[in-house]
Amino acid sequence: MNKFNFILLAMFAFTIFSCADEDGKGAQYFPNMMYSDAYETYGEYEIFYEGQEAKLPVEGSISRGWMPYEYEDNLDGYDAAKAELRNPIAYTEDNMQKGTELFNIYCAVCHGAGDGKGILVKNEKILGVPAFDDQGRAITEGSVYHVTKYGLNTMGSYASQLSQKEMWQVNMYVMKLKGDLDGVEQPPFENEQ
Amino acid sequence: MRKVTLNQGILKYFLLSILIFSLSSTYAQEDEASAESTESAIPGADPVAGKDLFNSLCAACHKPYKDGVGPALHGVTERRDMEWLYKWIKNSQELIASGDSEAVAVYNEWNKVSMNAFPQLSNKDIDDILAYVEQPKPEPKKKEAEAGAAVADGGGGSGISNEVIIGVLAFVLLMLAVILYLVNKTLRKFAEVNGVEVEEKKEKGKPIWVAFAENQFLIILTVGVMLLVVTWFGYGALMNVGVDQGYEPIQPIHYSHRIHAGDNQIECKYCHSSARKSKHSGIPSLNTCMNCHKQIAEVSDETATEEYSKEFYDGEIQKLYDATGWDPSTQSYTGETKPVKWVRIHNLPDFAYFNHSQHVSVGQIECQTCHGPVEEMEIMYQDSPLTMGWCINCHRETNVKMEGNAYYEKIHEELAKKYGVEKVTAAQMGGIECGKCHY
Repeated sequence: MNKFNFILLAMFAFTIFSCADEDGKGAQYFPNMMYSDAYETYGEYEIFYEGQEAKLPVEGSISRGWMPYEYEDNLDGYDAAKAELRNPIAYTEDNMQKGTELFNIYCAVCHGAGDGKGILVKNEKILGVPAFDDQGRAITEGSVYHVTKYGLNTMGSYASQLSQKEMWQVNMYVMKLKGDLDGVEQPPFENEQ
Repeated sequence: MRKVTLNQGILKYFLLSILIFSLSSTYAQEDEASAESTESAIPGADPVAGKDLFNSLCAACHKPYKDGVGPALHGVTERRDMEWLYKWIKNSQELIASGDSEAVAVYNEWNKVSMNAFPQLSNKDIDDILAYVEQPKPEPKKKEAEAGAAVADGGGGSGISNEVIIGVLAFVLLMLAVILYLVNKTLRKFAEVNGVEVEEKKEKGKPIWVAFAENQFLIILTVGVMLLVVTWFGYGALMNVGVDQGYEPIQPIHYSHRIHAGDNQIECKYCHSSARKSKHSGIPSLNTCMNCHKQIAEVSDETATEEYSKEFYDGEIQKLYDATGWDPSTQSYTGETKPVKWVRIHNLPDFAYFNHSQHVSVGQIECQTCHGPVEEMEIMYQDSPLTMGWCINCHRETNVKMEGNAYYEKIHEELAKKYGVEKVTAAQMGGIECGKCHY
């Protein structure tokens, strides 16, 4: 009887310890309920090339909400966008507020409040961030959008982090900051339909 | 006791480093002074004012001693004529258009990237900037500081205290044992000489385990204690099944959240941008890293800690460059990439649904509420247990933000009336119904 108890205990202990994951995590009670049979985001599966689930989109695929952008990533494209391109979204308080939030997440680390003195510049990690009222650059809605989309010099592209609409919302706030630096009065918001 | 010695160590280290710093800075000042006096190309220019201008206007593309988007500027006054430089900096495109051969050659050599016009700069401003970039590279100052730090490390020794204390204790213990043995030996010798017989106790009695087995009280006590111990540890072990709190795997690149989110205050959502609109918080693709690390190829001296040296961090940035195929010497991508295999830390069971955007964008919950003090983590770990009890608890305690949400105004009002409360919690809104997360 004693021996039987001991064997039972040993079997129980073995069951518990054998549930431990191979990836160094703790034990799992029901591993088949923990892990999905279906392929999951960022998973590693044999069926994919090099086992990698995360992939680049197929060439030529178009994401939801995508709108064509005619200007090319070169100097001519920049000049053309600077001259012609205008913000297509409505000038509303809502858009401005969303733009402000996004600006503070993605841009303010370097651009600060438009003065080019964000925390990374203060810490001397990234240098050469111009203020929005820089005369040599003389930014416009179009040039700001073009640079947000493609990047320029040190600044990278933000197209992977922001949707097109969001880029225009940020753009709106950028132009407000430029107006503040130039001392220009802001126009009143449009009403939402 | 330990605290006191530690403080002294730190104090010593601090004083020493202050001394060295002040010494090295005086040297550096002398260096600067001599540089200024030997600078015959630009008399009367102020390199300090030039540094400010350079950092805000030029540093996006130019570095003083290294090629960036544009060429390294150190020595430019020897390469070019001053008048030419004034014209070029104020409006390079105009100079190129005028057909200046030098200007066209530079433009073509640097991939036809046009330099911005700086009409706002006066000749004096340009003098200042050039005086700044023509300063000799501050190499000796850095080396001296490093040497100083090494000396201070040897002298102060605040980092090695633990090992030293344990070592000393072990040595003392060993000495005591040796002394005891020697004293015993000597005493026995004395006894022998004096004719005193040392009694060797050799009573034949019951073995101790038999005596123990015959004492019923002791047995009951032992069994009781053992049962309690087994229950305690067994319960603890079973409650940890499926819980990975504190899981801290080694990642392929040593990415420090402390440096990025803490010291440099980069928003969480800058890198984890899909947390705003997707189920997943998103592991940033490497182009997000390269937004900044195109520029930042090495960490500053202040970033390095005692545990992780500057060389270590620079090596980790190099791993990023290898993965993205970025060649810092030519400032371009080689096209050879190899993906980084990050180790997933947080994972919910397959039967529980969790959506980041719902919590981050709609609920406006701070990332730190669930992920803990990430901005202090040198190595990322799982801070919360991620158990169902933990989820439910937060849903019971967290009030829903109703203000300024016209769409839900009416339903919020009705819910508040139904429960007789002013603020509706997530649980009262249905946040603890089974089907909300398990389906």
